[in-house]
Amino acid sequence: MAKIALKKKAKKSKALKPAASQRTWAIGFIIAAVVLWTFYTFIMFRLPYSVQTVFQNWLPPTKLNEAMVWVICALGLNIVVGYAGLLDLGFVAFWAIGGYSAGWFMSAFFRQVNFHLFSTVKPELPGIHISFWGVIFIGGVICAIFGVIIGAPTLRLKSDYLALVTLGFGEIIPQIFTNGENIAGFNMSNGTKGISPVDNIGVPGKALGPFDFSWKFTIFALLTAMMVFISLRLRTGRLGRAWLAIREDELAASMMGVPLMRTKLAAYSVGAFTGGIGGVAFATHVNGVFADRFNFSISIILLAMVVLGGMGNVWGVMVGALLIAWVNSTGLQALGDLVNTSFGTSINFPSYNFVLFGGVLIFMMLFKREGLIPESRLKAILHEGDDASANLEGHH
Amino acid sequence: MSIFTTGYQARQLRRRYLERTLGSLASVLVLFWLSINFIKSPSQFFQASLIGLSNGILYALIALGYTLVYGIIELINFAHGDLFMLGAVFSANFISIWFGKTSSGPAAWGIFFLCLLVVMTVSATVNVGIERFAYRRLRRAPKLAPLITAVGVSFCLQFVGLRWNGSGPKTWNSVLPAGAFHISGVSIDYTTLFSFAVTIPLLLLMSWIVTRTRQGKAMRATAQDQDAARLMGINVDRTISFTFALGGALAGAAGLLFQQTRGLTSYNLGYQLGLIAFTSAVMGGIGNLQGAVLGALLIGLIQGLNDGLPIGLGQQWSQTVVFSILILLMAFRPTGLLGKPTTEKV
Repeated sequence: MAKIALKKKAKKSKALKPAASQRTWAIGFIIAAVVLWTFYTFIMFRLPYSVQTVFQNWLPPTKLNEAMVWVICALGLNIVVGYAGLLDLGFVAFWAIGGYSAGWFMSAFFRQVNFHLFSTVKPELPGIHISFWGVIFIGGVICAIFGVIIGAPTLRLKSDYLALVTLGFGEIIPQIFTNGENIAGFNMSNGTKGISPVDNIGVPGKALGPFDFSWKFTIFALLTAMMVFISLRLRTGRLGRAWLAIREDELAASMMGVPLMRTKLAAYSVGAFTGGIGGVAFATHVNGVFADRFNFSISIILLAMVVLGGMGNVWGVMVGALLIAWVNSTGLQALGDLVNTSFGTSINFPSYNFVLFGGVLIFMMLFKREGLIPESRLKAILHEGDDASANLEGHH
Repeated sequence: MSIFTTGYQARQLRRRYLERTLGSLASVLVLFWLSINFIKSPSQFFQASLIGLSNGILYALIALGYTLVYGIIELINFAHGDLFMLGAVFSANFISIWFGKTSSGPAAWGIFFLCLLVVMTVSATVNVGIERFAYRRLRRAPKLAPLITAVGVSFCLQFVGLRWNGSGPKTWNSVLPAGAFHISGVSIDYTTLFSFAVTIPLLLLMSWIVTRTRQGKAMRATAQDQDAARLMGINVDRTISFTFALGGALAGAAGLLFQQTRGLTSYNLGYQLGLIAFTSAVMGGIGNLQGAVLGALLIGLIQGLNDGLPIGLGQQWSQTVVFSILILLMAFRPTGLLGKPTTEKV
């Protein structure tokens, strides 16, 4: 319900100034978050059991939290792909590095040391235990450093070569973690067994249990809001305008004095930072890090989210991410069950997600390149060279 | 003016010097590693090289499809590896299920060659269809659009493979002659010889088509300048379709050979092999046909040596080695071994 209301608001505000439309979206986001939080915290368990089951099937609260993690990562990818126009096909690498930062700094994995920093975990437990709030920062910074390392030598390349390098990076990092059980005698990642459990998120004076939905929801929603805020502020600032300039015409941008390398690197590292935050959040969400979860399809799903929602438009990406995350986690299953029981069929709906994501990418690119909730500037460039009339339409 | 150029040149020189030093250091290390292994066990060394080369020639067939398409429309066809996978699944069904051949024999070899023709035609048709419906409309769109479309096509093809082949890998009996002969401790499978015997004529045929025929000339002209080619009366759309057909046919042949020599199909085969093949194409200099074959043989060799030598990182690091090479190549020599240096790097 909240989503429909949001869409209506967006349509109405198209004629308004961009700032006003942003405010409408922001208020919509806050209202939706508060409504969902109140519903799942206070109302749901009072409803009759049968109604509760419906909600558990269609939108269980844990999946809502997971969707928020996807939104955070998609916002990070949006900075790289949507703002700066660099295709990154290995975003899963940052998710993985972020996840393992949580594994390293928020668990009993490194038994040989005993280090506690603002953690709510009992001080006698071995291992490195840093507060969640510190670890999201550390994870983000590690990812940003990796972003710079991988970006510095390759961002000079043509865009499609860059896509390949990032793809390779996205393959190497998970393999390093998978094989990282014994690197010259050092157990870096516990191999395929993964690192589990990870410390719970601590809020002042309280350690949250792994199933504490409400608090986690609040924290993830806050993180998402923070990422949205950062994305929007960056976009209107000097750096954001430089990104858009590069996306639209690299040569012209460099002639106007935009330092190409530095600007692209900034996009890459900010995107990576966000991916790291998403990774840490996901690790606390599933209460562990497991190497085999980090595969190529995560990169593609994130890309599909960005493309579906509307590259470059923060709110579009958020809607796209929520939609795809929901379809991927429970939506398709629930829909399949509904169809199967009402028509007596036995179609395995989740097995169609490959063709669903592939189809989304193809059809969006062929027919609606700018996404569901387009950003007007990007719409203009993406339809450059279609034909004369489209060009005219685009320039406004 | 001169101040800027000297500053720029100095930086270029320093960069080139650094690259050359690092390059020579890396080659010395690799040579050292190879010679240690060679001294330790020569027969194992040759065996690993042979396995590597037989993989490499398979990569060459796939890499050519990448390089042909990139050469003509500058698109990394992510779906190409999955086309290869479909070729493999198709061949397995064609030989073992539709014709029921599960053991070696003259009749089965006949079916093998029939399958070669059919799978090449089918893959070529599929590839042309993909180009017609997905890529053609995006030819003038910004680069991001066709790339994302190619990723989408790749997922759709994987879905077909998943439906057709099931979610796990499937094993099949080969119809190629089994057994091996031995030369001083190195065993050479008959299937390896067989795949060489099929691949080498195909590669020669390919190079004949591109360099000697009218259609090949049209391809080269289109690759150089589409508008100029159109002005000279070349049907650019048809030429691009032909290129996709050629690449698709080679991918189909590679699929058949892979399925028959490894006896294995799985829906996500195309992704890994496609990436390796693309790395080979980049290594040789993308757009360059001889380069793709050379790169594929080298990558195959590197992989074979890494996996098979007594002192090496071993198979579990195989992908990491290949992709590290890809990243290093992209960073230091994006034009590849045989590619011409281009000024455009943006």
